[in-house]
Amino acid sequence: MTQLGIIVAYLALLLVLGVVASRLSRGTSRDYMLASHSIGPVLLLMSLFGTTMTAFALVGSTGQAFRAGVGVYGMLASASGIIHSACFFLIGVKLWAIGRRCGHMTQIQFFRDRLQSDAVGLLLFPILVLLVVSYLLLGVVASGAVVSSVTAGAFESQGWFAGYDHGVPPQVASAVVCIVVMIYVFLGGMRGTAWANAFQTCVFMVLGVLTFVTIANGLGGTDSFFENLKIATSGVSEAKLSMPKSGPAIFFSFLLIPLSVAMFPHVFQHWLTARSAKAFRLPIVVHPIFIMIVWLPCVLIGVWASSPAAGLAADIPLNDVLAAMVQQFAGPVLAGLLTAGILAAIMSSLDSQFLCLGTMFTEDIVAHYGFKDRLDDRRTIQLARLFVVSMVVLTYVLSLLLPGAVFHLGLWSFSGFTGLFPLVFAAIYWRRLTAAGAMASIVVTVCSWLTLFARSRWGENKRYGFPEEALSESIGIPTMLPVVTIFVASSVALIVVSLLTRPPSEETLERYFPGKS
Amino acid sequence: MKYLVWSLVLLLVFLHQGFWQWGERWNEAPLVLGFLPLSLVYHAGISLAAAGVWMLALRFCWPDDLEVGEETAGADGERR
Repeated sequence: MTQLGIIVAYLALLLVLGVVASRLSRGTSRDYMLASHSIGPVLLLMSLFGTTMTAFALVGSTGQAFRAGVGVYGMLASASGIIHSACFFLIGVKLWAIGRRCGHMTQIQFFRDRLQSDAVGLLLFPILVLLVVSYLLLGVVASGAVVSSVTAGAFESQGWFAGYDHGVPPQVASAVVCIVVMIYVFLGGMRGTAWANAFQTCVFMVLGVLTFVTIANGLGGTDSFFENLKIATSGVSEAKLSMPKSGPAIFFSFLLIPLSVAMFPHVFQHWLTARSAKAFRLPIVVHPIFIMIVWLPCVLIGVWASSPAAGLAADIPLNDVLAAMVQQFAGPVLAGLLTAGILAAIMSSLDSQFLCLGTMFTEDIVAHYGFKDRLDDRRTIQLARLFVVSMVVLTYVLSLLLPGAVFHLGLWSFSGFTGLFPLVFAAIYWRRLTAAGAMASIVVTVCSWLTLFARSRWGENKRYGFPEEALSESIGIPTMLPVVTIFVASSVALIVVSLLTRPPSEETLERYFPGKS
Repeated sequence: MKYLVWSLVLLLVFLHQGFWQWGERWNEAPLVLGFLPLSLVYHAGISLAAAGVWMLALRFCWPDDLEVGEETAGADGERR
């Protein structure tokens, strides 16, 4: 019950933060959606990092390390350190400059304007919304799993929720977390979200390190922390301390997953909040180090959990591994605080995603198609909130129908975004990109993603790769993650169709590539 | 200098992918400090090296044309 009390108190604190941010709002939709481009380097670093470190990073990485070993760090953490910063530098800074010059608030506004095509926007809107929903799914599933696992036994005396070890049912926990995040996003807008992200990033980094120390000491049982680290690792099998058996081809495929960050609509929105281009410098350098600070302890906790000393069942659901370790090795107060830290990481992504859905709907549909002339700012924001609520309800229903391991759900979601990476890269750096080329790339991404997802039996086959085994042997190309096929197909479609269609107008090119005609 | 920095980024990617990580000698190496597997230390090193390379990129490859964006951007921007 103590854990539950601390979690409830933490959620209440976030609501207070939302109220404070709402008092500082300038009352305009631009302030609500982009904090009036006022975010400096430190807040940009914290909010970008909080947004990109999701349930995937904490709950997913620990679960996957439990199953597959320490190789998960190289697959995603060190790869993200290189690729995320590259995306901030090569894509984020450029999009910020173009966005400020042309007044864009969403990705779709940028693509519409750059390609002089409404059809691109219409095609992209539902796809981006569905990909964000698939990403939201991670946070919704993980928050329910974590709270349910940590509160096990809280209602034993009342005899409630016996089917969930007398803990809070995950469906209830997910719903409460969604409602709290929606309230503080609605109250505080982007300013509240950036503050909440920064606050929650501090919370989950500090408590993450505390979790690591507590679990190491719990496993080791001696007075020396250093000795405890050695004891905790000594019980882990050699296979879990080695590189993954899946081999170099699959390892290479993981390098493409972090490219997805360049097409996350919520990250685009955070980029545009920057006060100046120089505000990007701190996030570009510090992001890889922050990733290391969060992922290294999670991966070690995951492999320690696989040792007999941890006492976890071999078939424990992967989403429950981190919460089970916290529950087992921390006292009730610390377990409550540590759970708040895990929830902080999850919610610091959910909030940005909720906000970006509202912004996309307001700007790309309501404003673009002329409804805004008939609506004042207040009515526009209300409409955006209504859209966000409907998308959150859709995500929640999907989470009940498709509960799965966070790590694998995440890989499919990110693969879709990575398929759209060639589009954003070409839009910034390739003058010859055409609207038809862009649409071909988007359609090919969606078709290849759906086909491969269906071939994996909608994610049920967690080891699914392409080319499939028989084809791989006959053509001599090793099996890789589906993201490689999606990325290559999307790139080829973009290049070939662009070259076959009429180039963009000189006027557009002059605006996007000034002085290079 | 720009080319050197982008070469360093490519080198990082190459080191990240290094085939030698799957060798028996690599995976059977003793734990670093008695608790860290070599592959984990190696990739943590890549994370730190990435921060260093991006610092060099900021110093030598920062785009020159950004000031246009900063100067022309109004407080509230204006959509065309």
